[in-house]
Amino acid sequence: MNAEKKPYRTLFLSTFQLSAFTFGGGYVIVPLMRKKFVEQLHWIEEQEMLDLTALSQSAPGPIAVNASLLVGYHVAGIPGALITVLGTVLPPLIIISVISVFYAAFRDNPIVSLVMLGMQAGVAAVICDVVVTMAKGVLSQKRIIPAVMMVLAFLAAVFLDINLVIILLVCGCVGAAETIWRDKHQKEEQA
Amino acid sequence: MTIYLELLWSFFQIGLFSIGGGYAAMPLIQHQVVDLHGWLNMTQFADIVTISQMTPGPIAINSATFVGTRVAGLPGAIVATVGCVLPSCIIVLFLAFLYERYRGLGVVQGILAGLRPAVVALIASAGLSLLALALCGEGSVSVENIQWLSVAIFAVGFVILRKWKLDPILVMVASGVAGLVLYSLV
Repeated sequence: MNAEKKPYRTLFLSTFQLSAFTFGGGYVIVPLMRKKFVEQLHWIEEQEMLDLTALSQSAPGPIAVNASLLVGYHVAGIPGALITVLGTVLPPLIIISVISVFYAAFRDNPIVSLVMLGMQAGVAAVICDVVVTMAKGVLSQKRIIPAVMMVLAFLAAVFLDINLVIILLVCGCVGAAETIWRDKHQKEEQA
Repeated sequence: MTIYLELLWSFFQIGLFSIGGGYAAMPLIQHQVVDLHGWLNMTQFADIVTISQMTPGPIAINSATFVGTRVAGLPGAIVATVGCVLPSCIIVLFLAFLYERYRGLGVVQGILAGLRPAVVALIASAGLSLLALALCGEGSVSVENIQWLSVAIFAVGFVILRKWKLDPILVMVASGVAGLVLYSLV
């Protein structure tokens, strides 16, 4: 799985830190994880990270929790998965437990809302950065079908408001059909 | 004791049936927490949704902690959170096992190859809604709603990330500080 002898500590600390900064919905954890586990630690390959994201999206439950579970399992099996889920759940558990004591004051605090305004812009920048990198990755394969599927899936999600599970199902089927068709084609050429 | 079991079971169902991220979970949480058990009233539910947007973490976990704490203190929060992630743990680990085992197969590779561009598209679409929220606030997307200071923070953050590949967390913290400073000056 990977060469490092004690990945548990790093897994826990990484997911804890990432989860503490997952503002603005579960998808934000994906670019953060990509940066940490693909670019910095080299524990996961670029393609595998996309696979794990697709899987975390296809299962029920929060995306951040699912993505962490998959990363943990990929790096260190079931113990790894349990450690990453703990690391992911603890920051919101701690923060909300504290805030629930004085949540009205927190909600109405002007300083908190100004920091949030700035952070929303920062989160948007982080997501846009990773989308550009990932889209370049898809386009660099120089194949028509993935590029077209990416554009169509984007249009379907944004303008037609089609459920993401359906989008994933259709794209998975197209991918499977393409592979089967290509295999058949190759066999016929060989024969 | 029954209250813990109720919390566990309620949030287990929320975890099990919320497919497709935070906003899909909201009506489920409302049904369980407000309509069925009356643990929160509608105003408190709106509050936890607001707070979830202001704090990190999935909305399901945030409400599990919030409801658990109000109903049965810290043990309640822990039980509700465990209930919420339990379905994920079981289903995702099963998927992970299948993935590691069968990803070498031709058809599985085809499916995964089809999913990758879709994932990029879905992240892009989530990014677009976050961008609209960050630049235009809660209102509709239009020129008069644009918050120019946020546009500036976004642009600087984006350029820094593209050019120098800085740690995203650093960029987010800096954006928060920039928001506080710039918006208090205006």
